[in-house]
Amino acid sequence: MFSGYDFDVIQRSWAYLFREGMTFTVTLTLMAMTGGIVFGTLLAMMRLSGFKLLGLVAGGYVNLMRSIPLVLVIFWFYFLVPYIGAWLIGAERPVAVGAFLSCVITFTMFEAAYYSEIMRAGIQSIARGQVAAGQALGLNYWQTMGYVVLPQAFRNMLPVLLTQTIILFQDTSLVYVISVTDFFGAAAKVANRDYRLVEMYTFVAVVYFIISFSLSLLVKRLQQRLAVVR
Amino acid sequence: MKYTWDWSIYFQPAADATGTWLHYLIVGLGWTLATALAAWVMALLIGSVVGVLRTTPMKWVVRLGNAYVEIFRNVPLLVQMFLWFFVVPELLPKQLGDAVKQMPPPWGSYLPAVLCLGLYTSVRIAEQVRAGIQSLPRGQLMAATALGLTLPQAYRFVLLPMTFRVILPPLTSEFLNVIKNSSVALTIGLLELTGRARSMQEFSFKVFEAFAAATIIYLLTNLIVVLLMRMLERKVRVPGFIGSAPQGTGGH
Repeated sequence: MFSGYDFDVIQRSWAYLFREGMTFTVTLTLMAMTGGIVFGTLLAMMRLSGFKLLGLVAGGYVNLMRSIPLVLVIFWFYFLVPYIGAWLIGAERPVAVGAFLSCVITFTMFEAAYYSEIMRAGIQSIARGQVAAGQALGLNYWQTMGYVVLPQAFRNMLPVLLTQTIILFQDTSLVYVISVTDFFGAAAKVANRDYRLVEMYTFVAVVYFIISFSLSLLVKRLQQRLAVVR
Repeated sequence: MKYTWDWSIYFQPAADATGTWLHYLIVGLGWTLATALAAWVMALLIGSVVGVLRTTPMKWVVRLGNAYVEIFRNVPLLVQMFLWFFVVPELLPKQLGDAVKQMPPPWGSYLPAVLCLGLYTSVRIAEQVRAGIQSLPRGQLMAATALGLTLPQAYRFVLLPMTFRVILPPLTSEFLNVIKNSSVALTIGLLELTGRARSMQEFSFKVFEAFAAATIIYLLTNLIVVLLMRMLERKVRVPGFIGSAPQGTGGH
């Protein structure tokens, strides 16, 4: 079945694929994860804050992001970010932002909606008595959140947050639609240059599978350990 | 910020000369729904079977089902889309492969997109069905077998009717997901809603009008789906039973 295929192309290009492509993918994933969790936690706190207006704004944002496709969000931000940049610094023309920054902003904003739902569940999983106890001790809102609620919420939700990060890692491949060279984009370039579509796309699928599957096994082990300790 | 809005663009003739841009986008919604619905039917059938198999006492069947789920869950949708579009036709027998490659424009990318989305979604449905069955009280299966039902009968008459009611809310969000995920098919040339918004932007240079229209159409579609599913939920509800399957907070 594989006669007439040239798997040599992988040997010729793997250095490029990993040095250029995978570095981009991993950096983007890690930065979007950090930004997404921070922004997502803020959104979750807004929704649970009890201020109607804050809750409405955060809820509207989360629901909007969750009801349109990621590809459309990537297009939106790709064209919108230069205009927002110009508006922020008061420039006449849209600023050139660069593909990487544009991707980081897109994925941070998009994944924040999903992380915020996870963090909301995490915060709600903490007994209300703990908040009351924190307040009784004289802690203010930020101290109660920072020292009492959030550390536990993070700990309880860590497996889910990491699972979402694995999804994010897979989703970053969609930057292909704005012609960015991530791992998949690099492979697509080589595939088209050497006309080795079958070999390259199979290889990419295998690499993504190995990484995502091993990460998900690690998350499963972590989940078991957390469950025992609790 | 200097961007000249022109909302009349929707009523100007589209580049493909079949009507206005609005009409062009609505046809895109049609393709989105056609792709999503076909993939959904496929996903529901395969997903239910795999989900059920993973709860049976047969160990190797469970393992096979788990392997199926892990494979489709750990490869990005975009990569799967390319595998179905570029790789699978090459691996088919030559005659069949050529026939697939020579299909006329919309169908040549529609078929791989449906197959890809169908299998991708089937895995998620399999997870929901498995979780739903396992969330039922164990006594239900015991009572069924004590009454003399065989295992298939117990599934058919006792477990599955309850399971599908319990997992209706997560199934709704999976259906919304398949509508959203169908946008990935634009990478293999299917002009569905997002793809058409993209090409409207390219031809008319009206970036934000194009994407705003697509966004609003997606939001309306979501709203309608949610309302319809709520009606269905009310219709099939079993009085006195408030079931809820473990609903995942992550994913999309």
